[in-house]
Amino acid sequence: MGMTISQKILAAHAGRDYVEPGELLNCKLDVVLGNDVTAPVAISEFKRLDLDKVFDQEKIVLVPDHFAPNKDIKSAEQCKIMRDFAGQYGIKNYFEVGQMGIEHCLLPEQGLVLPGDLIIGADSHTCTYGALGAFATGVGSTDMAAGMATGEAWFKVPESIKFVYYGKLPEWVGGKDLILNTIGDIGVEGARYMSMEFTGEVIKSLSMDNRFTMANMAIEAGGKNGIIEPDNITLEYIKTRAKRPFTLFKSDEDALYFEVREYDVSALEPIIAFPHLPENTRSVSEASGINLDQVVIGSCTNGRIEDLEIAARILKGKKIHPEIRTIIFPGTQQIFLEAMRRGYIEIFIEAGAAVSTPTCGPCLGGHMGILAKGEKALATTNRNFVGRMGHPESEVYLASPAVAAASAIKGKITAPWEV
Amino acid sequence: MIFSGRVHKFGADIDTDAIIPARYLNTFDPQELAKHCMEDADPQFPDKVQTGDIIAADKNFGCGSSREHAPIAIKGAGVSCVIAKSFARIFYRNCINIGLPILECSQAVDALKDGDQVEVDLETGKITNLRTSEEYQAMPFPEFMQQIIDKGGLINYVKDK
Repeated sequence: MGMTISQKILAAHAGRDYVEPGELLNCKLDVVLGNDVTAPVAISEFKRLDLDKVFDQEKIVLVPDHFAPNKDIKSAEQCKIMRDFAGQYGIKNYFEVGQMGIEHCLLPEQGLVLPGDLIIGADSHTCTYGALGAFATGVGSTDMAAGMATGEAWFKVPESIKFVYYGKLPEWVGGKDLILNTIGDIGVEGARYMSMEFTGEVIKSLSMDNRFTMANMAIEAGGKNGIIEPDNITLEYIKTRAKRPFTLFKSDEDALYFEVREYDVSALEPIIAFPHLPENTRSVSEASGINLDQVVIGSCTNGRIEDLEIAARILKGKKIHPEIRTIIFPGTQQIFLEAMRRGYIEIFIEAGAAVSTPTCGPCLGGHMGILAKGEKALATTNRNFVGRMGHPESEVYLASPAVAAASAIKGKITAPWEV
Repeated sequence: MIFSGRVHKFGADIDTDAIIPARYLNTFDPQELAKHCMEDADPQFPDKVQTGDIIAADKNFGCGSSREHAPIAIKGAGVSCVIAKSFARIFYRNCINIGLPILECSQAVDALKDGDQVEVDLETGKITNLRTSEEYQAMPFPEFMQQIIDKGGLINYVKDK
């Protein structure tokens, strides 16, 4: 029996030729990641082990991105715990404010995650790196602590669901719509404990930025990881970034899948996820006209250069509706700089948007764009749970950067072709 | 280990933002987090929960963020055990790692009512509703996870290796 790409990566890191779903493995890790919310808890646990070193100073990545730049005194203390730890233990990949970005935009950009890697991160959207053909999964702080100490973690080999996308992707429809549509189809626990493997002709011609968006939201269907086989598009992306060897894995023809689901995307419209679950999806036509108070463009889901490019295309020469607060967060300093060089930042500011330094900020109701009671936001982020962006009686609608930019202009949920 | 406590019922897909909203994540002190435990799902929960109480929830409990603050808040609030139809993966793993007892049992969740007194035997997975005397059987943990639980969490397990 063949293996899926996920089985193969886990097997390779457990020193095994073959593994099957359900097996418990102890695996060697390539990267262990944490942020200013999760790492302080991990550091506190790590210190209980009384070790004077981490397993590998090169393979731990620490990014203050959630409540950074420090939003209050408590957050400043949390960031300081991480900064002090990085200094004390000689962690090479600690990214200070000014170099940092939203972790899941930053790590691929810096070439810190590569095809064939096994990665754990104390952040649920660690699954983003599956877009590069890596096995990447979110864990909690204690797993991160054990990972920093031993360079290992235990895994149950997941079953895989294969998602096949075929047809021609319509204009204004991209990775965000594909993944929201998929979550709408299978539900928020449709892939619980499982690997989501995205394949088909549509994926084969999809850009890396769109692939990151898809893999990023695997967790919103309960998935353990999202993964895309590496190809020429992947190699093109990493060729100037990779500073160490990597391995390209592909699923075998006779690999066993729990389920195969196919989607013809030719007639797909931009998708909106209504409050309060990412599975509450409708097409933009069914959603148009809902009044908004705030639009957020950014996050680990949609804060990359192509996302800003689409937003700039729509906002160019236009004015944002006077009653809408629009906040745009480039994912990293590099993305910010590139957007500036291309003139996007000027377009955003002239349109009436606020442009911020990279931060997870409003996505998790942290800071920089919190909603009041009864307010509605449309965001390119990944979760619309109760209270996610602020007051428990506020609402979040999830959508693509194209829909977000169009909606900012009209002040209500709007299809990109209507502006 | 046997627990006995009063049931607090919750619905499906209770996410970690509902268990502990991100606005309180600038600390990881269990007692601080406990003051806001389940606040966005039931604002009265932090006031009414008592040491030993049990949460019984529908499917996919703990979905969303990887924040370990969620099981830490529940444990800090004195909850002895969470019973659900199913748990989201990262939450499940975090509970094992920090030593918050959890059990999957659909029949128990369907039958239990808010305020019921229940007894839970962690070793056998037997759940007894003391109001009706009905018994339900939860799935036992795989042996590997039981070892982590027996050691009192992952850090102790790693320490002993």
